Amino acid sequence: MNKKSSLMTKLAGAPYIVWAALFIIVPLCMVAYYAFTDTTGAFTLSNMADIGKYADTFILSIWLGLLATVICLVIAYPLAYIMAGKGPEKQSTMTMLIMLPMWMNFLLRTYSWMTILEDNGLINTLITSLGLEPLQLINTRGAVVLGMVYNFLPYMILPIYTVMLKSDRSLVEAAQDLGGNKLDVFKNVTVPLSVPGIVSGFTMVFVPSVSTFYISQKLGGTGTILIGDIIETQFQTANNFNLGASLSFVLMILIFICLAVMNRFSDDDDGGVII
Amino acid sequence: MMKRLLSLICVCFILLSSFCVVACAEGEKDYSHLEGTTLNVYNWGEYISDGADDTMDVNKEFEKRYGITVNYTNYESNENMYNKLKSGGANYDVIIPSDYMIAKLVEEEMLAELDFSNIPNYKYILDKYKNLYYDPENKYTVPYTVGMVGLIYNTTMVDGEIDSWNALWDEQYKGKILMFNNPRDAFGVAQFLLGQSINTTDLKEWDLAIEKLKEQNPLVSSYVMDEVFNKMENGDAALAPYYAGDFLTMYDVNPDLAFCYPKEGVNFFVDAMCVPKNAENKEAAELYINFMCEEDVAVANANYVCYASPHTLVLESEDYDLKGDPILYPDESEMPKTQIFENLDYDTQQYMSMLWNELKIEGNSNIDAYIGLSVSLALVVIYLIYKFAKKKKRERYY
Repeated sequence: MNKKSSLMTKLAGAPYIVWAALFIIVPLCMVAYYAFTDTTGAFTLSNMADIGKYADTFILSIWLGLLATVICLVIAYPLAYIMAGKGPEKQSTMTMLIMLPMWMNFLLRTYSWMTILEDNGLINTLITSLGLEPLQLINTRGAVVLGMVYNFLPYMILPIYTVMLKSDRSLVEAAQDLGGNKLDVFKNVTVPLSVPGIVSGFTMVFVPSVSTFYISQKLGGTGTILIGDIIETQFQTANNFNLGASLSFVLMILIFICLAVMNRFSDDDDGGVII
Repeated sequence: MMKRLLSLICVCFILLSSFCVVACAEGEKDYSHLEGTTLNVYNWGEYISDGADDTMDVNKEFEKRYGITVNYTNYESNENMYNKLKSGGANYDVIIPSDYMIAKLVEEEMLAELDFSNIPNYKYILDKYKNLYYDPENKYTVPYTVGMVGLIYNTTMVDGEIDSWNALWDEQYKGKILMFNNPRDAFGVAQFLLGQSINTTDLKEWDLAIEKLKEQNPLVSSYVMDEVFNKMENGDAALAPYYAGDFLTMYDVNPDLAFCYPKEGVNFFVDAMCVPKNAENKEAAELYINFMCEEDVAVANANYVCYASPHTLVLESEDYDLKGDPILYPDESEMPKTQIFENLDYDTQQYMSMLWNELKIEGNSNIDAYIGLSVSLALVVIYLIYKFAKKKKRERYY
């Protein structure tokens, strides 16, 4: 019987394993292959040597990605907390409102921010009609971070909210019975329990923010070229797949390191919860 | 008996051939076997009459007439198109690249030779646009549009008249200048200013050109392609180099805009229809190209696209809105100095791409990023140490 069930599990897992092999493992190997070869296919480290030039761009991308993620967290956490405490009907309405913008195309949403932030856009028209000096909104780093926060915020709210919803209410009650005030309960029970949600929200916002190119191209002007832009150029115009692949390769490693650091937080806190 | 048979054959032959002559004279070759097939057309954005504002929907018209489904997709630059074609996977039957890209495609043997007996309307193309350098024997291409690059500016934001590329380097327009987001066109502007050939293979000249562009970088608000329409139409930018035909489209929306051909010289280009070598429906592709050269279709396209037309019937047509337009068809005396892009050799292309990357990351000043990242790193380290200390303390306690 055991044998049979293990065969069944294997079969059930097969579609995903095939999928992962075809669309995750093979492409990763291809990225690695292109990263370490030249146009003729011979092994070379020259692509990797060229990466030093883009150190600044990497730093900038990670910084802006981090900034956007932290802002998302600050906005999303209280909202998720409030949502999880509401009645089921209100909850579904709020979830709906959060999901609603995601039904519109991502490119379109970013494009509409252009018309809002432009020098003669919506905000500046309003400001000048009040008799004030127009502001430089578009083509700044702030605009890029805004674009990231706007586009990826739902990916932060939803996992935190789900984790909070699923967490055991009786733990909160137990803490209250033991004489904890509201702050104590929040600090010692609610927050530690929601850490897995924060970690997955962090991943889901940080990764696309660091590697985005569309947002920075439309909202960032000349001063905010992210690593995603450089990679996109290698494939779209420069026809230098090898450099593009090696940049992607290094970006993946950097993101991996950032997430590993992030995971340190959840490990520690899980331990704390068990104690 | 023999005689009768022979005369019968003769009669049949005459009947048949006369039928054929009639058919051929009307240009109605039998294309019924192509019905139900699909034709993949890959073209620039906003580069065909698409039925908006009561214009002719060219692709629909073609589908209606021949029963061939048109699968129409867009690209933003020649390089985009090339990479898509080169990386395989995609299959296109008709593409409309520019001169230098055609030269590259021909050199790499990626284009199919056209059967001009299927494209009788080719006779309407002006002779001066035939047999150009990229296709000297005219085996591969049928010109679709021609045009020149110029400088578009907003008269309410710019003082006086502009006649030089130098305006794009003018400090007083800082943050209001747009620039091409493709290396060939962007370098072209700098090279005209420096008096170089835009096809130079001397790497030292490219170094000078990049210096010029780096000098301009702090003044540029962004590098754009199709976003230029919105930005210029809304008055969000004061100056932009772009294609003359597109200026007319923008001018329709914002009459404050003006246009000039800078005195240092401008790029002249031809965009022509070709068929890639791996096309799966070449016969339909030729039919489509011929269709695009029919008078009413060509006029509809010329009216919509606003680029200059190489088609004799269009230039004479009463329905052509831009007939004799001074910007598209300047007089001999006012004709600007022009150069045409040629295909650069591999090394020069690689060098240009490298310089272009350098330019893009040039404007980043990253002090804020360094400070921010080190502060957050410090915070993380402090937090981890704190956690560790707390854990140790707790362990001792138990």
